[in-house]
Amino acid sequence: MSSRERQNFVKGLLFVSPWLIGFLVFTLVPVGLSLYYSFCDFSLIERDTAGKTQAIWVGTENYRQLFQDREFYRTLKNTGLYAILSLPAGMLVSIGLALMLNAPIRGQAIYRTIIFLPSLVPVVASAMVWMWLFNARLGFFNQLLATIGIDGPAWIGDKKWALPALAMMSLWGVGNTVVIYLAGLQDIPRDLYEAAEIDGAGAIRRLFNVTLPMLSPVIFFNLIMALIGTLQVFALPFIMTGGGPERSTYMYTQYLYEKAFAYLQMGYASAMAWVQLLIILGLTAFAFWTSKRWVHYQGR
Amino acid sequence: MKRSPPELDYAIRGTKSPLPQRGQVVSNRARKSLNRLSVHLGLLLCCLGFGLPFAWMLSTSLKTLDAVSPTDGAASHSIQFIPDPVVWQNYANVVTNEKLDFPLYTRNTLIIAVLAVIGNTLSSAVVAYGFAKIKFKGRGVLFSIMLATMMIPFPVVMVSIFTLFRFIGDYTPLQMLGTFRPLWLPAWFGSAFSIFLLRQFFLTLPDDLSEAARIDGCSELGIFVRVMLPLARPALAVVALFTFMGVWNDFLGPLVYLQRPEQYTLALGLQVFQSAHGGTQWNMLMAASVLVIVPVILLFFLTQRTFIQGIATTGMKG
Repeated sequence: MSSRERQNFVKGLLFVSPWLIGFLVFTLVPVGLSLYYSFCDFSLIERDTAGKTQAIWVGTENYRQLFQDREFYRTLKNTGLYAILSLPAGMLVSIGLALMLNAPIRGQAIYRTIIFLPSLVPVVASAMVWMWLFNARLGFFNQLLATIGIDGPAWIGDKKWALPALAMMSLWGVGNTVVIYLAGLQDIPRDLYEAAEIDGAGAIRRLFNVTLPMLSPVIFFNLIMALIGTLQVFALPFIMTGGGPERSTYMYTQYLYEKAFAYLQMGYASAMAWVQLLIILGLTAFAFWTSKRWVHYQGR
Repeated sequence: MKRSPPELDYAIRGTKSPLPQRGQVVSNRARKSLNRLSVHLGLLLCCLGFGLPFAWMLSTSLKTLDAVSPTDGAASHSIQFIPDPVVWQNYANVVTNEKLDFPLYTRNTLIIAVLAVIGNTLSSAVVAYGFAKIKFKGRGVLFSIMLATMMIPFPVVMVSIFTLFRFIGDYTPLQMLGTFRPLWLPAWFGSAFSIFLLRQFFLTLPDDLSEAARIDGCSELGIFVRVMLPLARPALAVVALFTFMGVWNDFLGPLVYLQRPEQYTLALGLQVFQSAHGGTQWNMLMAASVLVIVPVILLFFLTQRTFIQGIATTGMKG
């Protein structure tokens, strides 16, 4: 390194040091620590004679128990089912909305605002609103159904309907994603459409052969983000159903949260956290692997 | 938001042909207005669905308890959007309610939000400048690591960060658990998302600016503070805005770290209030929800353009 390079190196490190320290303390150490705890019996409240809490090494015991834990498989299944219900629906709805909101018609500013606003609503508040809408006797949906003589289900109070109901309400918050798709649509160069048209491509073919391939990097980005978000879903089911009825909406993160802070089994919860991290990393890696086939980067 | 330019027509239907043939023009125009009509219809329908929860919440929040849940046992099968009578008093009752200390929870949320906003905006700007404008060895690797950390979900590190704060409290005089610190202190080390956003902005600023200042004998810190920060004001506003919304909306963080009711944030307070007294006073609950939502919506309308641009930038990582 020349002196200039060395100088820049020091300067650069100084500037990024806040993040570097934060990364060490709030990411790297916790991730490592939770790997260590996942091999320990650790309750956080039992203290030794010096008044310090102790983590006792138990080897792979937590993982052994975890893989025999019916609740683990149940929450895994519920979370997976929720993802399967809400992810594809969310993608279709947000791409469809973005396409419509990108059309040159009057009143787009108003349409866009209305579609976007729900994604601003704090999660607790939207939980309140939807609990009220879904209310079995007095809720809006069942009152509406009653006017046409249908006796509606109890929605989030019915173990068959609760999970689909939660997935349905997740569509209310797609506004954020729609904005990202809109930006992506507006980046597609116009001459591509002109060329396609000269070649005789109709509207449908232009959508599938120009718009969607050009949008694929953005679709890919949103898919990854949605995947990570959906697999850690917590607040909505926790507030709206508490995991019920009959644990039909009991999600992985809620189980982890309760293991850690209600049962104080920090070691067990850490093992759960690591399994969750590996699942998310695995699925993300899989998505990246398939992306070679369907994601088209311009100029690459 | 501005209206989209006409060429974006192509993005969805592209019925406009570059050289319309004689005689085809009329049918093309008819088809085009038909297409427009169907898009209008589709959007109207969607907006109706997306707006309904808002309308019903507002309507419920202004109703009497009797209108919301009839005491005679039988559910009324008529949907009434316009409350009769309109009870503004519900809002006053929410704010002065003993079980849901609205002023205190608002104050708590604001304290955390202000500290997190200042910390996150400042430190993210410093780090983003380092990543954007200083060429140093290892920069690319560090930046990739930073982007990768965005994929680590909070639940995964929740337990060990909690114990970490516990240790800091045990071994240093700085108490963490049971204070607001765990909720705002991490923000002072920047966040990957904000750093990314600001770096993208700094990259668009020409290097000549800092070169000129450097020749004038300005130090790197001087360039950052006097030249770059003032120029970055719009991007800083986006970061501040998103950080504020993040704190305002956060539920899991306060749930894990706050133990005593007098420390609750609005989000946590609302949930506790609901689970303790819920299922009965829906009009009050809706009024409280409206009060939690309004500040965020107001903030959005005041800063609309900045806001949308910020979200759009997020998608450009791909």
